[in-house]
Amino acid sequence: MLEIKNLDVWYGGIHAVKNLSMSIGKGEIVTLIGANGAGKSSAIRAVAGLVKEASGSVTYIARDGGAVSILGKPPEYMVKMGISLSPEGRRILPHLTVEENLTLGAYSRRDKAGIARDMETGYSLFPKLKQRRKQKGGTLSGGEQQMLAVARALMSHPDLLMLDEPSLGLAPILVDEVFGTIEKINEEGRTILLVEQNAFAALKIAHKAYVLETGSITLSGTGAELLQDPKVQAAYLGG
Amino acid sequence: MFMQHFINALGLGSLYGLIAIGYTMVYGILRLINFAHGDIFMLGAYFVFFATIQYKLPWALGVFIAVMGAILSGLLVDLIAYKPLRDAPRISALISAIGVSFFIENASMVAFTARPQAVIQPKQLVEAFSVGDIRLVPLNIIVPAISFVLVGMLLWMIYRTKRGLAMRSISHDIETTRLMGVSVNRIIALTFAIGSGLAAVAGIMWALRYPKVEPLMGFTPGFKAFIAAVFGGVGSVPGAMLGGLALGFIEIMSVAFFPTLSGYKDAFAFVLLVIILLVKPTGLMGEKSEDKI
Repeated sequence: MLEIKNLDVWYGGIHAVKNLSMSIGKGEIVTLIGANGAGKSSAIRAVAGLVKEASGSVTYIARDGGAVSILGKPPEYMVKMGISLSPEGRRILPHLTVEENLTLGAYSRRDKAGIARDMETGYSLFPKLKQRRKQKGGTLSGGEQQMLAVARALMSHPDLLMLDEPSLGLAPILVDEVFGTIEKINEEGRTILLVEQNAFAALKIAHKAYVLETGSITLSGTGAELLQDPKVQAAYLGG
Repeated sequence: MFMQHFINALGLGSLYGLIAIGYTMVYGILRLINFAHGDIFMLGAYFVFFATIQYKLPWALGVFIAVMGAILSGLLVDLIAYKPLRDAPRISALISAIGVSFFIENASMVAFTARPQAVIQPKQLVEAFSVGDIRLVPLNIIVPAISFVLVGMLLWMIYRTKRGLAMRSISHDIETTRLMGVSVNRIIALTFAIGSGLAAVAGIMWALRYPKVEPLMGFTPGFKAFIAAVFGGVGSVPGAMLGGLALGFIEIMSVAFFPTLSGYKDAFAFVLLVIILLVKPTGLMGEKSEDKI
């Protein structure tokens, strides 16, 4: 569904991603793990169209089956094509209500009935959001904000959902809840690209995984393989 | 007598408010003081002058042409002077804004001559009628009425439509708004269009009120409207209207009750600016933020 080849990304003068290639198949959960500053966010932001200084190729198989080259296109184009990013740090709009945040997520769509249906789907994935739907985003707890960020990214009805550090700042029990929901979203047919520092949680649910170190991919395999890999265990899983 | 002053102040204040909305909306989204805004107001007045007085078109058509012309001018200013500087430091765009303002003013002096030109007021607008012991001029009622209707429509747009939601979102976080599929440049253009359109309406009504147009007519009202926007809280549309009304009332009432101060009329706005910046820098309805003006 998404084929990244020889991607280089510069971020603020730093060569953040070097010659990265990875492939994401339809219906998979693929994770990109690595330490803070390894270039994970830069890579995913380049795919989302937020970074201008990037080279290489990113090929996306669109809904109609045609392959399109998407690198360098603006974010609104990506959203139209069915790619959605829930950014690092959640980036909830604090002065808008939960419902307004979700409505904004559906900005690219015109089918009112579909939007209403997807909003209900979001509320059923995260019942807490429904209780708080008239509340300002800024009043939610960290966990609720993360749920809102995921639900909001789903409102554009994406085929490929990209999540940047959904576990950031969450208590372990909430991490399990969020990752359980990610699996559920995947089972409903969405392809997922998950960028994570929490390697253990990510590898447990991933079909395929890549390890990024100072901008380059050093290891790849299935989630289960990497969980067993001694190098991964030493570096990311605390021995 | 008081009623007369009240209506007068309402008229003047709502005109300041209409102009202030353009400043406040652009600032809210781009953190840019659009110094050329007062000049768009002036262009709106000139467009209606040319359309109705030079070319004898009917007023309704003239107003339409003037508003469209001003919107186009506002969009052009954004396209030429601000858009290329979107990623540049904010001070660059600010300097560009000052440059554009000087350019429009001087180009207008060349194109329209610096001589003030009289605007012939349509009779229906200026023939006074009496209600009890108050004598009213229709224009003085129409001006605030139109202003309030327009502000009402704008607030509806900002709080009840998708575009308005995008505007409120951009003012907080441009990048996230883009991730939601919003074409930010389009929303910015829409903001300039709305601000310029309102400035043109204010310019037209101003030209009818003080029946003349001149190339520098946008300078003082523009500056006062800017103060009104600061007073009301930059970024807040209701605040801009409130600030405009407050300024209108202060100006009219002080001259009405202390006629000896009439020479200082224009200074009141600046006194107000100093006071608000000292006492409540975020303005009456402004949100707390570290980097206001």
